[in-house]
Amino acid sequence: MNNNQFKIVGIGVAFSPNLKANLYEAARLSLLFGSRLLLIHVGEASEEKKRTIDEILKPFIEKQLDFEIVFQPGDPVEVILKTVLTKRVDLLILGALKQENFLKYYVGSIARKITRKALCSVLLLIKPSIERIPCKHVVVNGLKDDRTKHAITAAFFVANALKSEQLTIVEEITQQEISIKVNDNKSLRKANLMKEKLKRREDLRIQQILTEIPEEQKVQISVKTQPIFGTRGYSIGHYAQVARADLLVMNAPGKVGFWDRLFPHDIEHILTELPTDVLIVQ
Amino acid sequence: MRPKKHGVANFFKALPKNIFSGFVVSLIALPLGLGLAMASEAPPIAGIIAAVVGGLLVSILGGSHVTITGPGNGLVGVLLVAITTLGLEGAYAAIICSGALLIILGFLRMGKLANFFPSSAIQGMLAAIGLIILGKQFHIMMGNKLVMNGSIDYLLAIPNTVKNAFFYQDKGLTYAAIAGVFSLAIMFFYARIRHKYLRLIPAPMWIVLISIGFSYYFELIVKKPHPIDPNYMISGIPTANEIVSQLPIPDFSFMGDLPFWTSVLALTLIASIESLLSIKAVDNLDPQKRRSNVNRDLKALGLATIGSGLIGGLNVVTVIARSSVNVNNGGTNRSANFSHAVFLVIFIVLFSTQLTRIPLPALMAILVYTGYKLASPALIRKIFSVGKEQLIIFFTTLLVTLFVDLISGIVAGVVITFVIHLFINRSFSLFFRNVMKPNVLMFQEGHSDGNYYVSVKHFCTFLNFYKLKEKLDDIPENEDVVVDFSMCEFVDHTVMENLSGYQDLFLKRDGHFEVIGLDLHETDSKHPFALRRLIPGLGLLQNNLTKRQTTLQEIADDYNIHYEAEKTQNAHFLDSFLFFKTKQIEAVYNRLYNTENTFRLFDINYSEGELIAKENVKTTMLHIKLNRQVPEFTLDREGFLERVYAFAGFKDIPIANHRDFSKRFYLLGESTAYIQSFFDDELVHFFESNPYYHVESNGTSLLVFSKERVAGIKEIKALYDFGKRLGKVIQETFD
Repeated sequence: MNNNQFKIVGIGVAFSPNLKANLYEAARLSLLFGSRLLLIHVGEASEEKKRTIDEILKPFIEKQLDFEIVFQPGDPVEVILKTVLTKRVDLLILGALKQENFLKYYVGSIARKITRKALCSVLLLIKPSIERIPCKHVVVNGLKDDRTKHAITAAFFVANALKSEQLTIVEEITQQEISIKVNDNKSLRKANLMKEKLKRREDLRIQQILTEIPEEQKVQISVKTQPIFGTRGYSIGHYAQVARADLLVMNAPGKVGFWDRLFPHDIEHILTELPTDVLIVQ
Repeated sequence: MRPKKHGVANFFKALPKNIFSGFVVSLIALPLGLGLAMASEAPPIAGIIAAVVGGLLVSILGGSHVTITGPGNGLVGVLLVAITTLGLEGAYAAIICSGALLIILGFLRMGKLANFFPSSAIQGMLAAIGLIILGKQFHIMMGNKLVMNGSIDYLLAIPNTVKNAFFYQDKGLTYAAIAGVFSLAIMFFYARIRHKYLRLIPAPMWIVLISIGFSYYFELIVKKPHPIDPNYMISGIPTANEIVSQLPIPDFSFMGDLPFWTSVLALTLIASIESLLSIKAVDNLDPQKRRSNVNRDLKALGLATIGSGLIGGLNVVTVIARSSVNVNNGGTNRSANFSHAVFLVIFIVLFSTQLTRIPLPALMAILVYTGYKLASPALIRKIFSVGKEQLIIFFTTLLVTLFVDLISGIVAGVVITFVIHLFINRSFSLFFRNVMKPNVLMFQEGHSDGNYYVSVKHFCTFLNFYKLKEKLDDIPENEDVVVDFSMCEFVDHTVMENLSGYQDLFLKRDGHFEVIGLDLHETDSKHPFALRRLIPGLGLLQNNLTKRQTTLQEIADDYNIHYEAEKTQNAHFLDSFLFFKTKQIEAVYNRLYNTENTFRLFDINYSEGELIAKENVKTTMLHIKLNRQVPEFTLDREGFLERVYAFAGFKDIPIANHRDFSKRFYLLGESTAYIQSFFDDELVHFFESNPYYHVESNGTSLLVFSKERVAGIKEIKALYDFGKRLGKVIQETFD
């Protein structure tokens, strides 16, 4: 079990009503992954806070949860990002907010900033809960990108750790790639032929990646591929929602620096409208 | 290479049919062209020029198949304003500019433009145009030429004109009014008369023919001057030579003015909307299920408009009424449009002087009828049944168009629709936050040959329907599609209406189109009524049976079969019959059927054509499902008409050794040899010794009917008996 990409799992701790649920989720994942849990609290250290956390984590401590608490006052975004760096956190867990009255989730401004700048993988949870909600279906992107292989590997690791039943690799094919505009029957036929070709090409690429995943990770899970046509980044979220996925695994947005954030980026769409739990793999 | 060769051969094979159809269309196009031009206060010939240029250019360059192009009724209002403010030469300049804009729209792929307008607003605009046409021409039809300021004034003056018509001092005016009313009556009652030979010529042409005949009657037989006031006769039809020698010179001096560009904009807007709506509607009628290239059509229309404007014609648009006549008369490709233009040229060259024998009121009656059709009470009733808010949108657009102008009208319609949507959802952010998002996801479930799944998020209204449409247009119509709205909070009427159009299209082309996820909305109080409720389905329960219906019930009991009076939408078992290829089935009701559903007798309501050429037909038919394969054929009695058709390329299949049968019956079908072997002695004798029925086979079942009207009880019994025996003979033939 040495392919764990997430040796250290970090979570920001705020003493909010959600504290218990957040800690439970983080602790559970750490145990499942076999990782060390790092609790980051932005604020002064105090015995009382420590005691509260210990109290909550009691059932997990009994199961030999390896954890550490970091207290650090300052600007939340900066503190968390810095701690992530210094403590070499591999996976940061963040909670999402729920839109009033709607069953819609979005990422708050602080979490959003962290997500954009974090150099580690980020897991956005839409509804942390004390009880464990089984993760049955994992959706992962299969973009034509250098990181995709990494994301798929991570997805397999997580899916195995969480004992998921199904994993779907979604090949997003952007509209721009289909250079033929549909005007009439003839162009429609051409466009469809082209789509078939693209689908086959994408599928071949994914199958290539799949061969490199160790067999033992594939046996428990039914693996499916699904080509979709739509806007990159956004459509996969939509698909995850339609397919009732429990976890969406995505590549981290490209390049360092986000000067091109003005133009809706892949990840940005997802951040404004979280379809499910999202894992952004760095 | 092979399909191409095949195409050329097919083209020539279908040519006679198309020329015939183009001829029938030109019979309508002639009076309509004259009338529309005169209604716009342009010289009458301008309408014909538009039709000729349109027909010649668009048929060569266009991207649609069975459409007919020419002067459009939607443009009358705008052209009227353009001509009164800019003068005729200035208006020609505006027409040319709007043609250029249309070409640009085509290159910008704005074929989706018509989808940006709420359908109730478009209906309101069309109704307003109808009222403008009706209001103005009604007075001329009644022999009372008026000059007034607004279109509303014309409408309000109608009662007065009717009253005054009874007290004309001048006999010439009275006769003018009589000619007008008589022509209007022809237009209204033509659809009711389903006589074969009368129907050979379209109603508008009857008016022309009767008028000219009447005029000759006075000149040659009575030898008196024509009784109708000479002011009310068409004047100023130039001969072909004059048209060529007296080309108008467009006056571009207004180009710096605002009114000029308002006119150009309005012309472009209306021309494109009218054309796009027509193309969409005609595509639904196309028996060969082709998809039109709308952007290419827009470019061709733009070019034709420029050409037409340069030689003194009006805007060229795709016209629905003439196109549907084309489809109904067997037009299959663009050569029909071309030949319609050629026939118009022939008419003008040969008969241009005859046209001055047509009384103006008679011609205007055609336009009054067109106007009435655009703003008919049935339309308003239909909109009301969708929801009260649609009526608000409809009337806002209609009234603003009438009181201000067309552009303001359509803008008002869009604005009021949006305001209503905001009001219903009580949320601005739903629209504001999501309008730019790519809210439609489409994928094929499983790999290849799985069905297409389309999921729509947030909201789907006229604002972003184009996104959904783009995806839907990417799907071949013979596939299975599921559109899921369960994640969509709000769906408006425009979308629902368009989707039901898709539904029909897919069903017609052997596909399947399903809309799901809307039942959830029902339980959700956030989304009130009709905006997403209108999934087609005629649920009118008739608790009160008529006498005929109770008798049918008795027959059913007597014959031991089932009877149901309610309308059913499930009429798709009829789609594969050749007879229904160009017809829209509205409802099937009063069904008598056996338990296995293999023998069905029913009343059916179907329509053919659109707008002024639209005709509703109610009739009784019999559908027999056979338990074996038979050839596809159509069998009818042989008549004069069939010989004409035969001349136009339809082939009667002769049956050897049965000269009498071949002479009396008219047999059509693709596979001649198969049909000839199918019609053996026994079957031929059966048909020879029984009353005539129209019998059609789609390979697995038969459709039998006689008249294009609902059958009486006795006829139903006869039909039932005939069907029973026919089924038996066919079944036995093979056993």
